[in-house]
Amino acid sequence: MQVPRYWREQSERYKLVGSKCNNCGLRVFPRRSLCPDCRHESQGQMEEVRFEGTGELVTWTRVHEALSDRELETPYLMGIVELDEGPRVTAQIVDLDPEEVEIGMELESRFRKLGEASESGVVHYGYKFGPVVSD
Amino acid sequence: MPATDPAIAEVSCLRYGEHEETARELAVDASLDVLEEAGLEGDELDSLFVANAFGMADKQGHVGPLISTAIGAPNVPSSTTEAACASASVAFRHAIAHVRAGMAETALVVGTEKVSHIDTMTATSYFCYGSDYFLEGGVGATFPGLYAAIARAHMDEFGTSEEDMARVAVKNHANGIHNPTAHFQKEIEIGDVLDSYEVAAPLKLYDACPFSDGAAAAIVTTEEKARAMTDTPVTVEASTQRGTIAALSEREDVTEIEGTQLAGQAAFEQAGVSADEVDLFEVHDCFTIAELVAMEDLGLAEPGKAAAMVREGQTKPDGDVPVNASGGLKSKGHPVGATGMGQIYEAVEQLRGEAEGPRQVDGAERVLTHNVGATGGTVTVNILGRGD
Repeated sequence: MQVPRYWREQSERYKLVGSKCNNCGLRVFPRRSLCPDCRHESQGQMEEVRFEGTGELVTWTRVHEALSDRELETPYLMGIVELDEGPRVTAQIVDLDPEEVEIGMELESRFRKLGEASESGVVHYGYKFGPVVSD
Repeated sequence: MPATDPAIAEVSCLRYGEHEETARELAVDASLDVLEEAGLEGDELDSLFVANAFGMADKQGHVGPLISTAIGAPNVPSSTTEAACASASVAFRHAIAHVRAGMAETALVVGTEKVSHIDTMTATSYFCYGSDYFLEGGVGATFPGLYAAIARAHMDEFGTSEEDMARVAVKNHANGIHNPTAHFQKEIEIGDVLDSYEVAAPLKLYDACPFSDGAAAAIVTTEEKARAMTDTPVTVEASTQRGTIAALSEREDVTEIEGTQLAGQAAFEQAGVSADEVDLFEVHDCFTIAELVAMEDLGLAEPGKAAAMVREGQTKPDGDVPVNASGGLKSKGHPVGATGMGQIYEAVEQLRGEAEGPRQVDGAERVLTHNVGATGGTVTVNILGRGD
């Protein structure tokens, strides 16, 4: 991925930033300038929010063939997580063996390396999800 | 000008598989074939619609004029459509719209794709560019990974099993044996599917369609002109297209594809028929799970019940609800930008009673085709009928 494009996506990728509609309260990820439910009534009412990064696993898979622009070690786990605030996020699932993965399990976000841009050598970081670590 | 009913005069389809020719050459071959069938010269066309999804693989955009020039029609208006795996059926719909609106009397639609010269990882990446790359590919969600996520959710919700999905592959391969245009003409058993290597759990290699090269074309024209070109024209009773939120994560339910439900309902309404009156369904089975989900979304089965119909043999060519008599994407193959036109080709063959061997559905009067771009961002449905 090109560096300028990645730069624009940084707050979503680094901090799980989405939007909240102050007309109806719906929270969405990624950021949107229009609420999918309120449409024009939400104009100017969309506020940036940072999600806590905790949620529940909706579905998952183990991927064996990676993409050419992500230097990932295969196989890796990937899933869709429904955040406690409502929106869902597709992400890699880390720090779990496939046998331990269950739909409905609680997960929390991690900040990890996503891969390197092959041409520029820039390292991309972003969210992944893993088991909740009690503190 | 009164609205004109469009019809298909002729079709052509190159065998899917590995070709030495470029996407451009394949498109020209399929176009010349269909022109010859229809007895037309290139310059008798009013419009050319080209579909191609992975143009970047050949570092060539703007392919319309290359094809029109090669078929002797450089001045004919041409345009190229990209809608991931639904590129060809969207191009077909453009031709329908042109004829219906009186903007063209006779149009040629050709879908083409060439992927065998690029490595699997690059091809996997190109497929992924059809989804929401920021939310999906960019975090490692490959195209098989996304359909695997659908499959896992379907298994969790409805108890669908890996054997249920494998049966779709077995059935489609059994049909593909009788299809001379099919990429694979090879019978397989459930064990072959279950023992094949994992691509994205729970999907295995034999749950997935192949990367194919290929091209397919059709002449779309007014019913009147089609009748002058052939004794067996095919009428277009419905041609619909709907969308779905591109990213799976933004959908409420990942066990269905809303665009299919909407395009299907609209098509049945447009044609004024119910699913019971359709004799064959050519649906978009890029993965085995996709055929089950398509059957449910088109209303052929209640949610979670499609697998039972496959198990009972109802979806074989001689069953009550034949699905993918061509072998589907699974066995016929998936040359991305050509796939939708390949489905149209099969529909015409079936309606003319010209499909080879036991894959011919007896007395087929009406065929539905269903083509999906990526995980449903674009969905098209056509209902075609015998016009003789």
